[in-house]
Amino acid sequence: MILLSLSYSKQYHLRELFYSFFKSLVGKDVVVELKNDLSICGTLHSVDQYLNIKLTDISVTDPEKYPHMLSVKNCFIRGSVVRYVQLPADEVDTQLLQDAARKEAMQQKQ
Amino acid sequence: MGVRLVLTTHGVHTSCNALKLIAVVNECQNTFFRAFCLNMRLPGTVAIVTSDGRMIVGTLKGFDQTINLILDESHERVFSSTQGVEQVVLGLYIVRGDNVAVIGEIDDETDSALDLGNIRAEPLNSVVH
Repeated sequence: MILLSLSYSKQYHLRELFYSFFKSLVGKDVVVELKNDLSICGTLHSVDQYLNIKLTDISVTDPEKYPHMLSVKNCFIRGSVVRYVQLPADEVDTQLLQDAARKEAMQQKQ
Repeated sequence: MGVRLVLTTHGVHTSCNALKLIAVVNECQNTFFRAFCLNMRLPGTVAIVTSDGRMIVGTLKGFDQTINLILDESHERVFSSTQGVEQVVLGLYIVRGDNVAVIGEIDDETDSALDLGNIRAEPLNSVVH
């Protein structure tokens, strides 16, 4: 966590902050809710500068309503269509993240 | 260049030499996205969910950093709550990156085991920003 706080404070851009944040969550199980209301659960494999997300071993949260992805095991999600990324609460230090984000927002204003 | 492009709202039809076009587009600058595709062992069968809620299945032949895609042998899977899945053959398509929501890697075994005629589902929603 100490390493994370160092990297958070070195970011020059708010976007970089969340990119680093997601990089620290690689390997964790997340649920991505998309802007078309589809929710996909999977293991975070990788993320990029646009916050595009690659998930492995996916399952749709409501497979009866959305059987469209039944034969898909891994997927790439374009960052612009993500509405929420649901994270395990014990993997995130919300206080740290909040402070880092606030700092970045202040720096961005100036 | 010998390419004649006809633009439609959702994709681009090309009448040029497919292989030539694929070679040009394969100079991928987005390393992450390239890693995704290499992991997938191009060519692989993919399912694309578009921003207007359509699902297109095809062989991913090329891409670039803005996620423009070249899909060969593509067909659209139309889901309906009243009848089974309808597959509309499309052929060689270029899909502009703006309209791509999800790219899924299709597991051919699972896919051939699917009984598409018996699947009833509402079509996916459009992406609302």
